[in-house]
Amino acid sequence: MQYDVVVIGSGPGGYVGAIRCAQLGLKTAVIEKYKTFGGTCLNVGCIPSKALLDSSEHYHNAAHTFQTHGISLKDLKVDMPQMIARKNDVVAQNTAGIQYLFKKNKIDSFEGVGSFVDKNTIKITNNGKSETITAKHVIIATGSKPTTLPFLPIDKKRIITSTEALDINEVPKQMIVIGGGVIGLELGSVYARLGTKVSVIEFMPSLLGAMDAGLGKELQRVLKKSLGMEFFMNHKVTGATVEGEKVTVTATNAKGEELKFDAEYCIVAVGRTAYTAGLDLENIGLKTEERGNKIPVNDHLETAVPGVYAIGDVVKGAMLAHKAEDEGIYVAERIAGQKPHINYNLIPGVVYTWPEVASVGFTEEQLKEKGQQYKTGSFPFKASGRAKASMDTDGFVKVLADAKTDEILGVHMIGPRAADMIAEAVVAMEFRASAEDIARICHAHPTYTEAFKEAAMGATENRAIHI
Amino acid sequence: MSIEIKVPPVGESITEVVLSRWVKNDGEAVEMDEVIAELESDKATFELTAEQAGTLKIVAAEGDTLAIGAVVCQIEDGGAAAPKAAEEAAPAAQKPAADQAAAPVPERTGDSYATGTPSPSAGKILAEKGVDPASVKGTGVDGRITKEDAVSAQKAAQPAAKVEAPKAAVAAPVAGSRNERKEKMSPLRKTVAKRLVTVKNETAMLTTFNEVNMKPVMDLRGKYKDQFKEKYGVGLGFMSFFTKAVCEALKDFPSVNARIDGESVVFNDFADISIAVSAPKGLVVPVIRNAESMSLAQIEKTVIELATKARDSKLTIEEMTGGTFTITNGGVFGSMMSTPIINAPQSAILGMHNIIERPVAEKGEVVIRPMMYLALSYDHRIIDGRESVGFLVRVKQLLEDPARLLLGI
Repeated sequence: MQYDVVVIGSGPGGYVGAIRCAQLGLKTAVIEKYKTFGGTCLNVGCIPSKALLDSSEHYHNAAHTFQTHGISLKDLKVDMPQMIARKNDVVAQNTAGIQYLFKKNKIDSFEGVGSFVDKNTIKITNNGKSETITAKHVIIATGSKPTTLPFLPIDKKRIITSTEALDINEVPKQMIVIGGGVIGLELGSVYARLGTKVSVIEFMPSLLGAMDAGLGKELQRVLKKSLGMEFFMNHKVTGATVEGEKVTVTATNAKGEELKFDAEYCIVAVGRTAYTAGLDLENIGLKTEERGNKIPVNDHLETAVPGVYAIGDVVKGAMLAHKAEDEGIYVAERIAGQKPHINYNLIPGVVYTWPEVASVGFTEEQLKEKGQQYKTGSFPFKASGRAKASMDTDGFVKVLADAKTDEILGVHMIGPRAADMIAEAVVAMEFRASAEDIARICHAHPTYTEAFKEAAMGATENRAIHI
Repeated sequence: MSIEIKVPPVGESITEVVLSRWVKNDGEAVEMDEVIAELESDKATFELTAEQAGTLKIVAAEGDTLAIGAVVCQIEDGGAAAPKAAEEAAPAAQKPAADQAAAPVPERTGDSYATGTPSPSAGKILAEKGVDPASVKGTGVDGRITKEDAVSAQKAAQPAAKVEAPKAAVAAPVAGSRNERKEKMSPLRKTVAKRLVTVKNETAMLTTFNEVNMKPVMDLRGKYKDQFKEKYGVGLGFMSFFTKAVCEALKDFPSVNARIDGESVVFNDFADISIAVSAPKGLVVPVIRNAESMSLAQIEKTVIELATKARDSKLTIEEMTGGTFTITNGGVFGSMMSTPIINAPQSAILGMHNIIERPVAEKGEVVIRPMMYLALSYDHRIIDGRESVGFLVRVKQLLEDPARLLLGI
C-alpha cells in the first residue's frame, strides 16, 4: 500500500499525529507493536497510574479523614485484585477508544514492528510474517522505556519497573522506590496510601529535581507527614539482591556509609530512555545520540533524512504525553504545508501525588541563573476557604513575574487539583499576561483557583487580600 | 429622556452606509461625543459619536445596511453609574471588601511589553501568510494580536516580498486543504469593481510608454536630502519630483488635465493630483490640491499626511473627491510595467514603476543607469496621440534634467 504518512507507534504522539494527518486529508497508517493502541501513556503510564492513584486516595481518605468528616466505617479493607481489575478496565476502555478514532478517521492500522527498508518503505514484522508499505512521509513515535541501571538488573518480580508496579496484586508491607522523580513519587504514593511502608532513595539532594525547588521541599514534607513515607536523599544505590520474597537494596549515604534496605518490592524509577529498537535506523543512515538514545531532529522535528520525522519521548525535550501530542499535531500540519509553532517553555509539568504538583515557565532557580529581576507572590492553601472545606490545606501557589513589566514568567503550585489549575497559568502565559491581569480577572468563589489570583496579587505589588 | 441617533448625511453621493462595528455594547454607559460605532460607506469609514451621555440601546446590528437618516441606536438618560451601585450594595457581605481598590486604577496606556504579541492561533496564521507580526495592529488587550486581527492582516505593501527558500524536504501541498472561503465584498470593493468596469466600457482607453533615467533626480536627492530633511522635517522622495513634473507637463498639454462632461470638455487651470494609496480596505485615491503651486516640501508633507490617513482609514470624503489627474506607483510592489486604469472622470493616469539598473546607450557608449518605465493611460476621446506622447516625453525631460523644473523649460 502507498500512504502519504506512516506513523510508527500509537502512543499519544503517534495516534494524535495520525488523526491530525487524516483530518488534513492525508492517507495515513499507524504501525503498533503491541496488541493495544495507546503506547506507554494508555497502557502502562499516565492512565493506569491515575486509576490506581484515584482508588488509593479514596481508600486513604476513608481510612484517615472520613471520621473527621463525620463518616464512620467498619471493616474497611483494600481489595487489591478488584482495584487492579478496575484499572485494567479503564485501560481497556481508553485503548478501544483509539481503535474507534482510527476507524472514524479512516486510518489503517498494522500490528507488528515497523522498520525502515529505505526512507519511503517500511517493513512490518509480526510473528515471523512480514509485509511492506510505502509512505511519502514517516513519523517515528516509538516513545521510551524505563531506564535500567547496570548494577540493578530488573527481574520483573521483585525488582521491578513502573510497568510491573501497576500489577501488584497485594499490598506489600514494605517497598523501596529508587528515584524521587515523578514516576517514583506517584507509584510510591499509591502503595503508601494503601498502608505500605515506602522508602524513597534519591541520588540528588531534592525531590522533583527539574522543578522549582520550593515544590519538592513542600511535597517531601507533606508525604512524610501524611503518608509516612521515608526519604533518603543524597544516597547512591549500589546494588540489590533478591532472596525468595525479599529484596535487599544497598546504598551509600553522603558520608560514604553503606546502608541496607529490606522490602518485598523495589521499584526502579530512575527515568526513561528513548526506544528505537527494531527501527533499523541504520538503513536510512540515522544514528541515535549516545546519551539517552534520542533521535536527533531539527527545529521542525525532521530528522537528517528529509521526509522522516520523529516526535515525543524519542526526541529531545521533556518526556510528557502532552508534549508528544502537540508535536504530533505540529508535524502533521508541517507535512500539510502549514506553519504551526510550539512554545516549549510553556509545556506544563504535572505530578499526580496528593497534593498535586504543577508547574509552567521558568523556575526561581532559572531566573536567578539568567540574572533576571523578578517579583514573587505566594499564597498558601491554608488561607483558602475552599481548601479548608475539603481539608486540603497543604501546599501553595507561587507566581513569578518580571520586576519591570509584571509579565508572568513562571507559575509553580502544589496543592489540591494543581494539575487542572495549571491550565489557567499556561493560557495566561501564552497570551503574555501580567500578574496584575490575573489579579484583575474574576475568579469564582470559593475555588482553589482563587489561590492563583491571590498569588498574582502578591506578585503585582504585594497586595494579596486574604493573608 | 432618550434620543435617537441616526445615520448622518456623510456626503453628496452617499445614500446608504454599512454598520461595520459597534465600539460600545448594548446597555453600556457612554459619554457625550464618545465613539460608539463605525460606519462604512463605499468611500470611507466614519465614526458615529454619542450626542449625549447616557445608556446605549442598540437598534441596528453589525453588518446592516442603513439609509441616511435611519435610526442606529438610542441613548437613554442616566449613565450606568446609578443602577450599578445599587447592585453592588446587596450581595456584598460574602467576602471582605476585597475589590475596593483604594487608589484609582491607573489607565492602561496603549503600549506594553505585550503589544503586538500574537495569540497562538494568530501566530500560526501570520506565519503562514508570511506577515511580520510587527506590521499588524493588535486589537486585543494591550494591543495583543487576536485571531481575527491575523485573519484580516494583509501582507505589507513593502518591496521584495520575502521569497521563502524552496523547502528541500517536504513535497508540500499534496494534501493541502481545498477549502473555499466566501466573503461578502465590502462596499468599498464593490464600488471599485463597478467603477473599473465602467471606465473600461465607457472610455477609449489606451496606454503609451516611455522610460526615464532616474540618475539626475537620484543625484540631486542624494546631494540635498539631509539639508532638505533638516529644513522641512520631511524626507525628499521621488513623489514630489513626479508630481511637480506632471504639473509642469499638464500646463503644456491641458487636454490631459481635462474631462468630458456631456457634450463639453472641462479644462482645469489648476492641477489637483490624485495619488493612489494601498489602504487596509483597498485602494484609495486622496487628492493633493493645487499641486501646481506647491513646493517640493509641501508636496512631500501632503503625501505623507494623506498616506497616513489612508492607512488608518481616516480619509474623509472631501479628501478623496475631485482630482484632475492621477499618479499611481506600482513600483513599490515591484512592478516593471503596467497599464493603469483611468480614475474617472479624469482623462489620464501616470503609472510609475520600479527603478532597475539597465544598460543604456549614451553618446555611443553602453552605460548602466537606474531606469524606470513610465506608462500613461489616457482617454483617446479627448486626448490625441500627439498630446499623450508629448506629455510623457515632457515628464521624462523634466525628470532627466530637473533644472528644467526650475526654469519652466
